[in-house]
Amino acid sequence: MDLQTILSKYPPQPQYLIEMLIDVDDATEQHYVSEDELRTIAAYVGVRDSQVYSVMSFYTMLSTTPRGKYVIQVCKDVPCYLNDDFNVLKTIQDELAIGIGDTTPDQLFSLELTACIGCCDEAPAMRVNHETYTNLSDEKVRSILESYRSGLL
Amino acid sequence: MIHCRINNIDVVAEEGTTILEAARKFNINIPTLCHYPDLHINSDCRICVVEIDGWRGLKTSCSTPIKDGMVIKTNSPKVLNARKTITELILSNHDANCTACVRNMSCELQGLAKLLGIDENRFENVLERRPLDLLNPSLARNPNRCIKCGRCVDVCASVQGMHVLERMGRGHNMDIAPAFFQPLDDTFCTFCGQCANVCPVGAITERDNTDQVWTKLHDPTKHVLVQIAPAVRVSIGEEVGYKKGLISNGKLVSAMKHLGFNHVYDTNFTADLTIMEEGTELIHRIQTGGVLPLMTSCCPGWINMAEQEYPEVLPHISSCKSPQQMFGALAKTYYADKIGMDPDDIFVVSVMPCTAKKYEATREEFKADGRNSDVDVVITTRELGKMFRQMGIDFDKIEEQDFDNPFGITTGAAALFGATGGVTEAALRTVYEIVNNKPLEDIVFKDVRGLKGIKEATVELGGQPIKVAVSHSLANARELMEDVVAGTSPYTFIEIMACPGGCIGGGGQPYGTDNKMREERIESTYIVDGNMVYRKSHDNPSIQALYKEYLEKPNSHLAHELLHTTYAARNL
Amino acid sequence: MIERKELTKRFGVIDPLSIEDYINHDGYEMLKQAITMTPEAIREEVRLSRITGRGGAGFPTAIKMNSFAAEKGEKFIVCNADEGEPGNFKDRYLMEQDPHQIIEGMLISALATGATYGYIYIRGEYRKAIAIMKEAVTEARLYNMLGTHILGSSFTFDIEVRRGAGAYVCGEEFALIESLEGKAGRTRVKPPYPAQRGMFQHPTLINNVETFCNLPFILRIGGAEYAKIGSEYASGTKLISLSGNVRNKGLYEVPYGRTIREVIETLGGGTNTGRPIKMVQLGGACGAIIPDELLDMDIDNERFEMFDSKMGAGAIIVIDDSHDLFDIILRNMEFFAHESCGKCTPCREGHIQLVRLVRKFVDRVATMDDYISLKSLADVIHETTLCGLGQTSPTSILSTMEFFHEDYLDRIQNNKEVRP
Repeated sequence: MDLQTILSKYPPQPQYLIEMLIDVDDATEQHYVSEDELRTIAAYVGVRDSQVYSVMSFYTMLSTTPRGKYVIQVCKDVPCYLNDDFNVLKTIQDELAIGIGDTTPDQLFSLELTACIGCCDEAPAMRVNHETYTNLSDEKVRSILESYRSGLL
Repeated sequence: MIHCRINNIDVVAEEGTTILEAARKFNINIPTLCHYPDLHINSDCRICVVEIDGWRGLKTSCSTPIKDGMVIKTNSPKVLNARKTITELILSNHDANCTACVRNMSCELQGLAKLLGIDENRFENVLERRPLDLLNPSLARNPNRCIKCGRCVDVCASVQGMHVLERMGRGHNMDIAPAFFQPLDDTFCTFCGQCANVCPVGAITERDNTDQVWTKLHDPTKHVLVQIAPAVRVSIGEEVGYKKGLISNGKLVSAMKHLGFNHVYDTNFTADLTIMEEGTELIHRIQTGGVLPLMTSCCPGWINMAEQEYPEVLPHISSCKSPQQMFGALAKTYYADKIGMDPDDIFVVSVMPCTAKKYEATREEFKADGRNSDVDVVITTRELGKMFRQMGIDFDKIEEQDFDNPFGITTGAAALFGATGGVTEAALRTVYEIVNNKPLEDIVFKDVRGLKGIKEATVELGGQPIKVAVSHSLANARELMEDVVAGTSPYTFIEIMACPGGCIGGGGQPYGTDNKMREERIESTYIVDGNMVYRKSHDNPSIQALYKEYLEKPNSHLAHELLHTTYAARNL
Repeated sequence: MIERKELTKRFGVIDPLSIEDYINHDGYEMLKQAITMTPEAIREEVRLSRITGRGGAGFPTAIKMNSFAAEKGEKFIVCNADEGEPGNFKDRYLMEQDPHQIIEGMLISALATGATYGYIYIRGEYRKAIAIMKEAVTEARLYNMLGTHILGSSFTFDIEVRRGAGAYVCGEEFALIESLEGKAGRTRVKPPYPAQRGMFQHPTLINNVETFCNLPFILRIGGAEYAKIGSEYASGTKLISLSGNVRNKGLYEVPYGRTIREVIETLGGGTNTGRPIKMVQLGGACGAIIPDELLDMDIDNERFEMFDSKMGAGAIIVIDDSHDLFDIILRNMEFFAHESCGKCTPCREGHIQLVRLVRKFVDRVATMDDYISLKSLADVIHETTLCGLGQTSPTSILSTMEFFHEDYLDRIQNNKEVRP
């Protein structure tokens, strides 16, 4: 979906800013909102670039810098931690050889931490883009990553 | 009326009064930090917390209205401990190298730390240094000193309608910055400097040019002259802590000479000249069906805004240079000729209430001799105060001297330029008499005076009633621009000043300007006007002589060359 | 039976995407009834029910509703579905399993208060719940449960589903309103409260998902009858999100008056590790951490307030004795440091210092001075911050200083940097 199509879904009002930004982030392979897109959106809803940037920089789901095709977000909060016997984060870091906040050189994966995603009854959990994966085990994490890598997911 | 008790004192105040206001009314001092008169209450800093019997937690006195029967303690051990802790927290993320800061001894955070008796900080300093923004000639931003009080964000958004500065990011990493963390000169910033004026610390300040001035003052090859803007006259006393109020022109001239300026001039002279040129332009446009409303061009913050955001209105703006630039142009041409000096050797300093003037002076087109900037350096009222302090000038003892010639005589009309409505009043005093060919009975135009955001007046010119409007602060300017852009503006003449109150409330004026101070400075402005021998620009004999001797007549070919300019849309 | 399924009775029974299914299981019956009632009569039932808000703060719903009903002009109702408190997942289930129940609750609230428009603000991470709620709203419109002349009456009400974009603090009502207006979620100064001046400066009633879900239930059995469920301190049922080191993690609906131990032992089946319980965190990251000895307390808001803590939104996080107390607290503080909006000083600058101080306990290098600083700072944050985030964030520190005092002393005494 291109930017104009996204914008045309919403009335040109600042209250729809966050909705538009999420859509743009989703529609972009690299999951971010570019400077040009940001300026276009600001003009569309009639606010300043600074006001949009303020919003962009506040919410964790939004990014002003390019990310991987698949953004992995690992829950770091207590209920997941208590059930995370094998260490989800370490497994992913082993597999992808990147640190938190980094993107793999092939631009396929970015690794981030997330606040609780409400899957504490099936902890530990993580998200890849908008898919949620729960009851994670070492093998499960590796196989999920492999599926994305091979294009199965 | 609401009855409550604060520190065992019975307090009575109107409903809706905050604890802070009520306490101050009864001389109970509650320290504050983010609080600023005339701005929104955001209660971000939490310094002004108090204890209220029966209430959970501590409440900020700036935002909590008093209620009947409230029992409030403003200085209980719990309150004092909270204030101290919060101040320590602010300092733990602050570049507190106080002796190497422009706000040393005028810093509100420093004052607070002293008041609360902070003698150590339990918290480790966690400041992560960010780069400074020193890329424009007007304002310097040092994010390492920012305490996130939000005053600049509020003044930029709600007073100026600009939204250049916003809160970016969150938590401990929150910064106050322009979009994309760009430098200010890549943004719509008009360099009005209101952010610097309200900043409690040294996070936003004017670019300091005093060293440059000192260097030139001690350069024997340079002839250094200075012009002082009218709005500086009514505030420099505050800046240097002069107890008797207004510092007289005579003392000021003398003090400038002590600093080492060869000649001291008054920007009021070119303010009078502006009235002659702009008045003539207005009459011409009215009589020939030119583009109306005519809008004033003295304010560089406004010009920046118009060029960046309202290219459609540029034909409406008077082609007159601002008084500062008219002075510079004359200094490097007429005056250079007159004293027989190479313009290269003349160094022109301006003292302005304004940070945008620093930018204005750097504009490429302002080189009347084709080589040198007409105005070489602009310093603000605050920087002049600094130079006086460095020199140790005692205004109680200093003698009086007159402004130098040939620009020595000025009028009350010119003095009005400092206050909102002043340019309009000065213009009307002249235009009325020229067009109607009869003396103006009452030269005071009350309707255009005062701090109302947008003011209107109607004047009879040549039998026709014409409407004029006056706005100050850029948010108010925006309101007027809507009609001008749409072609539906009912006015013939519009005065626009970027800063609230006009230049007397400029971004380069003494820190902490509020409406009370603005009113005082405006009052002083009218006193100055009232004391002048000449009160209409066209009555100024020096101006008359200048035209006779050099410029020929207003809007002449030479006047256009030296005193007028053009504007261009600037796309970012 | 410990459980009493009222709000969750249709879970797994109906197809959440089918409004017909909902209608066939008593759905929208209470909307029809409410349309025949006066707003005062509906609010009276709510008052009689003694229900308190289910989002965590536990404020009496009727008081909020009445003050909102008294306001004039265009008014908004907002359903707070920004469930972000670690350990809570009840709202996600309510949205994913029975979305029309929420819509019906909002409709009843609108009838009771004169509001004409509603928003459901769902955290952006809840992709599935968002899709289901959007679908349910569309279907409700088709069936004239939303829109104009609802069910042939003069009642008009519509709902928009809005997404958050990742910010815990947007669960705070003014932060949520700011976010709905398209801004960063930084709270506003109170007063005025949202019920007086909220979204776009209009009166706004904000309730948690679970609170709205209770309204059809209250009307069904009557406020007086509802008030009999639970304990003398709190009425009705509570959804409990049970997680951590427990065998049967999951969502349970129990009447107030049950004990925490009953929930953990009987419903949860004890620890999943077989190890003893070291501590339980209640409510989520912002809640108290209590020792095993206190688990016989009832699940109700009032009595937890006795030590300035709350059951909150109903999370129970069980932690066995293999975990370090300070490790848990550190994670909580890192969470708040990351989620602070940055607006007010104690929250913005305080949490990072709490993290540093707690880390000293984790690293076994803390001194008595650090303990004193930690206590003082936690108190100041709790007492002085602008919104609920900072007012509750130090609870895990303050509660453990009371209940696990020995652990603190032990760390200080066994400081590895101090020679014996």
